Amino acid sequence: MNELLRSLLFLPTQLSRHARDVDGLHFFVVVTTMVAGLLIFATALVFMIRYRRRSEADTTPEVQPGHWHEALFVGVPLAFFLLWFAIGYPQFVETQQPPPGAMDVFVQGKKWMWKFAYQGGPSSLDVLRVPAGRPVRLLITSRDVIHSFYVPELRLKQDALPGRYTQTWFQAEQPGRYQVFCAEYCGLSHSGMLAELVVMPAADFDQWVADQRRGEARAQDAALTGGEQPMPGSSILEQGRRVAAEQGCLKCHSVDGSRHIGPTFVDLYGRQEKLTTGESITADEAYLTRSMMDPAAQVVAGFQNVMPSFQGRMTPPEVAAVVEYIKSLKTPAVTAGPSEGPVYEPTPRK
Amino acid sequence: MSQHLESSPPVYAERNYLNTPATGLKSWLTTLDHKRIGVMFLIAALIFFAVGGLFAMLIRVELLTPGPTVMDAMTYNRMFTLHGVVMIFLFMIPAIPSGFGNFLVPIMVGAKDVAFPRLNLLSFYVYLLGAVVALVGMIYGGADTGWTFYTPYSTTTATKVVTILVGAFILGFSSILTGLNFIVTVHTLRAPGITWNKLPLFVWSIYGTSIIQILATPVLGMTLLLVAIEHAFGWGIFDPARGGDPVLFQHFFWFYSHPAVYIMILPAMAVVSEVVCAFSRKNIFGYKAVAYSSLGIAFVGFFTWGHHLFTSGQSAFNAGVFGVLTMFVGIFTAIKVFNWVATMYKGSISFKTPFIYFIGFLFFLFFGGMTGVALGTVSLDIHWQDTYFVVAHFHFIMVGSTIMAFLAALHYWWPKMTGRMYNERWGLVGATLVISGFVFTFLPQFLLGNEGMPRRYYNYPERFQALNVASTAGASVLAIGFTIILIYILVALKHGAIAGPNPWGSRGYEWLTPSPPPLENFDVLPAFERGPHEYHELPAAGAAGGEARHA
Amino acid sequence: MHSAVAHHFENLEKQGQAQRLGMWLFLATEVLLFTALFAAYGVYRYLYTEAFSQASRGLETWLGGVNTFVLVTSSFTVAMGLDAIAKGKNRLTAALFGVSIALGCVFMVLKGYEYHHHFTHAELPGPFYGGPIAGSGGSMFFALYFLITGLHAFHVIIGMTVLAVIGARAWLGKYDAQYHVPVELAGLYWHLVDLIWIFVFPLIYLI
Repeated sequence: MNELLRSLLFLPTQLSRHARDVDGLHFFVVVTTMVAGLLIFATALVFMIRYRRRSEADTTPEVQPGHWHEALFVGVPLAFFLLWFAIGYPQFVETQQPPPGAMDVFVQGKKWMWKFAYQGGPSSLDVLRVPAGRPVRLLITSRDVIHSFYVPELRLKQDALPGRYTQTWFQAEQPGRYQVFCAEYCGLSHSGMLAELVVMPAADFDQWVADQRRGEARAQDAALTGGEQPMPGSSILEQGRRVAAEQGCLKCHSVDGSRHIGPTFVDLYGRQEKLTTGESITADEAYLTRSMMDPAAQVVAGFQNVMPSFQGRMTPPEVAAVVEYIKSLKTPAVTAGPSEGPVYEPTPRK
Repeated sequence: MSQHLESSPPVYAERNYLNTPATGLKSWLTTLDHKRIGVMFLIAALIFFAVGGLFAMLIRVELLTPGPTVMDAMTYNRMFTLHGVVMIFLFMIPAIPSGFGNFLVPIMVGAKDVAFPRLNLLSFYVYLLGAVVALVGMIYGGADTGWTFYTPYSTTTATKVVTILVGAFILGFSSILTGLNFIVTVHTLRAPGITWNKLPLFVWSIYGTSIIQILATPVLGMTLLLVAIEHAFGWGIFDPARGGDPVLFQHFFWFYSHPAVYIMILPAMAVVSEVVCAFSRKNIFGYKAVAYSSLGIAFVGFFTWGHHLFTSGQSAFNAGVFGVLTMFVGIFTAIKVFNWVATMYKGSISFKTPFIYFIGFLFFLFFGGMTGVALGTVSLDIHWQDTYFVVAHFHFIMVGSTIMAFLAALHYWWPKMTGRMYNERWGLVGATLVISGFVFTFLPQFLLGNEGMPRRYYNYPERFQALNVASTAGASVLAIGFTIILIYILVALKHGAIAGPNPWGSRGYEWLTPSPPPLENFDVLPAFERGPHEYHELPAAGAAGGEARHA
Repeated sequence: MHSAVAHHFENLEKQGQAQRLGMWLFLATEVLLFTALFAAYGVYRYLYTEAFSQASRGLETWLGGVNTFVLVTSSFTVAMGLDAIAKGKNRLTAALFGVSIALGCVFMVLKGYEYHHHFTHAELPGPFYGGPIAGSGGSMFFALYFLITGLHAFHVIIGMTVLAVIGARAWLGKYDAQYHVPVELAGLYWHLVDLIWIFVFPLIYLI
């Protein structure tokens, strides 16, 4: 049944459970719409035949609705609409809440290409490799105008906005190659801004990551993706420290816990921070990356926002490296303490 | 006037608005008569419809094959932008309210003119000015932003986007002036006997439209101006590089442009409410429900704009609120659909051209509306957003329905406006071609969207080609249909049979006056004893039985 | 029938009613025009709380205060002018409108002085900003500051023109105690210009 409806409606394969769920709602919507349409237009047809004009002298009675008519006209469709919404909305909310342990990939849209960077260091151009059967969180941003990351097989789309990060997640089930589109109009080569989603068996993926880390597969990957060189295979923490120093982060953020122009990096990751707006948030990866791109958005209470945006001044792998570096700066007391840390925990490094 | 047409042939009113006070071009360009202004709006809108249609055909031809077919990518991007801008700002928004609305609203409320005739003429010239500015922008480079002008693309593009933005800004004034005029006219110029509950449904819907025009247009104007300033001076209001928020633009833009959808569809509903009664010879089923649901749409339509931003990273809470409200706005349309169908019950249905367009309207409104509600379920929108599904959806709901209503209005009121009949047989041919052409153009696009083809794509993977070819084939049928209509309607202008005051046997107030109407609409002001949609106890009259307006 | 009644109105009263309603609707669109800018100001004030309050503190509040006083006074003289025409004293109306125009000029001069100050201190929008506030907040504040106050000043100029034309016509005796709807409408417009400033002043200077 699923397959029949899917091919009737020209829907692509369902690469994830989410895709199957969304299609389920799709079929429900289509079937109710068709049944309702059939009822309405059949009624209209009956009226048209039964009450066609037989003579120019025809007269008609006055017919007025009772209150129950109007109640029915409002109630029945509203019930169905709300039912659809009740099914669809939780599905959407689910795409906004990555499960704990999801692997992070930093996605950057740019006229007219997609860059993907992994926390382990490797990055690639226009090819997104993910393991089958594991959740993957995408942290998406743009360097210039608005783009939109879209994989029809995943029934998933998320805008890439300059100056801020958006996120979504998925868990692809079957290995294979699928097309990534840019869905938000972005100029001359909008329709050429394609990338490939390569879903690999989990073991192959791990192997690929390991290869990347060793730098062995660099040439091979460059050939595949059109020349994007992954970062030098040094330690990610070392690289993060270097980037943080070069970019001037350490001029304002201390690494010894002392208070300076900005909040200290020590124990920053996972900390509950109170913002100038009075809200409090957990300093997770998303917050850290966002603060680099759009410092003014969420300023920690007690500090002036004097930080410039690093939008466009750091590549995604560099951002990822700095985040990793910040995460590594933990005092033992906290590391040993009870696990009341961030809501979101990244996958342990292999 | 006679009750029995058989015994006396229909009369062409000798002294009418077309020849009083004069016939020259100057008397038209300086006229303060709402009927002439309405006709001028209609002619201008039709010209722009032809221009926008030409762009549409070029787009469809380009999409026949993947890769370049007849133009390069830059030309294509300009083409769809201009298609959107021309069709929305120059055709759909003014066509029914400023065109038919101007002609009909004062007659339907028994007034001699709109409240502010000079503002009305000004509105027309402001419209022309906006159109000229936009056209100049198009000729000297055009814009490649899409009609949505999303920042920061629109603020950084090298094309002439500022000129087009200013053109759209000027057009907003025309829209506001017309809306303001209608509201005041309905409030202050109703003839004795026309109470709010005896107001034609056409006027109710136009009234709802006017409210939206007045409340939403200034926000759009300001937003477009901000984009223009940003593009020209780089002040950074929406530019993330300068600390601006590009999503704020989307909120502002859709705060206008979602209600703008109702600016286009409410007048269509206005027309259809009249047509279904006249050709079913039946009172409207649930007058109050149909009338008040127009106001409901106008009101709730203001609080659903966020459903255009489900993929923009707005919070799940926002998405939920906008999603639920979207479900509610769908209800008002559902009420109307049910009431129109129920109006046919126990009627006496005459399958003339306007009624055929009513059937087409019902079809496009139903499927366009249901796909709209489906898009409001959020999770499905994530898949469909910015794909051809959305393109097909809004072409069904706001283009399909509006064009159907526009053509229904054109045929229904043609005898009133010109005093002559069009050729009914050719009318049916045209209607069949346009409706089927429209279905064949956009049905494949729903499927393309399901398959995942994003909109505004110049180039596409080959698996999408079959459906694109089908869509282009449908568009050709559509173009042929429109050409046929244009030809027979122009022929009717000179050679059509004399219509007489009321060829349809309609009860609408506008049919109480001769065709074409005299300068101040009524020679003798009728008493308006009956409602405009009351058909019961209709005396056995002839096919074109004149109304008992001296009775 | 009064000579001012257009052919499609029954009587003067009905026509006045229509004109007043039309004016109120027009004022509604004006309010919404500014609402878009106020909304943008609110959003960015939320995003750049510290920078905005710093920039706001840097403004000459006393100048804004004096301008508020000037505009409120000018509204008062317009209201008095309206009262005068209702009693048939058309020359007095013209004189009072003249006072309002003069006050409008005072407002514009003070505003011009303020603008001059901003220009010399490079407190300008977008890339032209050279003030002391780091980050994007300062330039954003002044982008919105110039947009809001500039649009308001534009409305003041239009308002003064309207008052001048209507005042001149009043002087020439075109209006009397029975018919003076245009005087009323001009007054309404001036009150709106005043009212918008009443919102602008606390929003930009005080908060």
